[in-house]
Amino acid sequence: MMFLQGRFLPVAVQKKSEVRSSDLAFLMALRGLALILILGFTSIVFFLYFQSRPLIAQEGLSFFWGREWSPADNRFGALPFIYGTLVTSALALLLASPVAVGSALFLTVLAPHWLRRPTAFLIEMLAAIPSVVYGLWGIFMIVPLVRTFQVDLQNVVGDVPLFSGPPLGVGFLAAGLILAIMILPTIASVCREVFGAVPTVNFEAALTLGATRWEALRMAVLRASVPGILTAVTLGLGRALGETMAVTMLVGNRAVISPSLNSVGATMASIIANEYPEAASDLHLSALTAVGLALFVISLLVNLGARWIGTFYRRKMGF
Amino acid sequence: MARDQLHQSHFRRRKLKNLWMQFLMTLATVIAIGPLLMVFFHIVALGLPSLNFSFFTELPAPTGEVGGGMGNAILGSLVMIAMASLICIPVGIGAGVFLAEFPRGSIPRTLRLVIDLLASLPSIVVGLYVYAVLVVPMKSFSAWAGTWALGILMVPIVVKTTEEVLRLLPFHYREAGLALGLSRWRVICSIVLRSRRKAILTGIFLALARIAGETAPLLITAFGNRNWPSGLGEPMASLPVQIYNYAISPFEDWHRQAWAGAFTLVSLVFALNLISRALMTSGGTRGGELGG
Repeated sequence: MMFLQGRFLPVAVQKKSEVRSSDLAFLMALRGLALILILGFTSIVFFLYFQSRPLIAQEGLSFFWGREWSPADNRFGALPFIYGTLVTSALALLLASPVAVGSALFLTVLAPHWLRRPTAFLIEMLAAIPSVVYGLWGIFMIVPLVRTFQVDLQNVVGDVPLFSGPPLGVGFLAAGLILAIMILPTIASVCREVFGAVPTVNFEAALTLGATRWEALRMAVLRASVPGILTAVTLGLGRALGETMAVTMLVGNRAVISPSLNSVGATMASIIANEYPEAASDLHLSALTAVGLALFVISLLVNLGARWIGTFYRRKMGF
Repeated sequence: MARDQLHQSHFRRRKLKNLWMQFLMTLATVIAIGPLLMVFFHIVALGLPSLNFSFFTELPAPTGEVGGGMGNAILGSLVMIAMASLICIPVGIGAGVFLAEFPRGSIPRTLRLVIDLLASLPSIVVGLYVYAVLVVPMKSFSAWAGTWALGILMVPIVVKTTEEVLRLLPFHYREAGLALGLSRWRVICSIVLRSRRKAILTGIFLALARIAGETAPLLITAFGNRNWPSGLGEPMASLPVQIYNYAISPFEDWHRQAWAGAFTLVSLVFALNLISRALMTSGGTRGGELGG
């Protein structure tokens, strides 16, 4: 019985008659459960597609590069949300990655031992705070802060394209900031694992040869960790793409494409949370589901990408 | 002489760079922890004074009026979390056992991939899915739909931790059971699962901590309600959704209650996380002592 082997029966190959019927029933039940879960997952694609069919029938693939979104006129184009997701996620990655990598390095190599675990614990607690609480905090703390920054900046450097438009506080900049805070622990904790996996001997060998601590870190630790850091950042990106509530509360929720970070906008996730509960027409619901379907596909690709980076480099670099 | 000086300045530059980079790394850590301390400080400073007895026991006051509480939302959250746990923890443990004990073949391989992808799915997508499956046929937002959305989010966490901790159990435990003539399912239930139950609880508490704060999927499945929960077929209020609705409202008193709600929610989530950690360090994931 091939299927009873594996970990459970590493050596013995049993005859069919030797398998107890109760064991067979148990295994079949577990397999049934597994199949239900697999089918359930695939049905997500099916149901999302089914729900978004009316919209796809009307707009076709041009939905994805349509710039206009006005539910009242039954005009649906998803480009503003794709743009908003890209801008906020990119901003979050730019802000969070260096800080996350730096703090992970500090915590694995530089920090005194008594400081390491409590600090790592604190950073991991950041990941446990619910998104809606970050949103609440963002509305009352980040938005006023961003507004002051925007006003000051315009007073000093004037109207630059990246920071043009009225200083509202809410918008891409605030959403990117809160996202950066939220994905930081994800990136930092994966990085910490990655750095922890590098043999200490390499680091010490570099020190013995006369390298300064930073040089030893760069040559022995960072070099070997590039794929790991890439995986961590990709996982952070995955989290940023799907993050909903905090962004919904800070981004302004308007279908706007603007090069300015001061501008309000919307992301794919935020527009669903903002408009879905109050969507009046079936077509509007269908359009929002289509946005969700696109988000689903993108986040699948990003996460498969993270896995691929990991395995690809592991094979190439031999560990 | 000149060469010596060159050497000296080169050395000084390396040392300076070293100091500078170390300073940057320390700074990065400070920047990483800063927001946490600020969030924490604000939740306590603004949430704690807003808490009072009626916050936990009363219904929301009519729009714009001062007073009232989130009693129904807290109860609604507890109901939906409890129902989701009842349905999905057994499923998660079952699938975890399957992956750990029968890891070969195409079904476990596919299931492992599916669980990984499910874990990384944006929660709002899960909400859309449940909306299509349950809310559309039932023609109404309902607590059932909210329950299923939370349950789907729990499954991957429970599966992953169960699989991991069962794999850590040395193989001779199983062999001992088999040598006694036990059937395989008895070995799994009475030895494998029993000896790792604390570690499995770790995963369950982690999953609870994760879903306790979920907002987006509940917003489009259970929606919300201004009355006490009356049935699973009705829309049901929940703490995170209530916090969201109050946070984006224009009323001062609702903002105050949103902070009180945030304080309650964060306390709950941290408590669940700490329980999970305590279980882990009390021998949870280390090699299995029976009854440990």
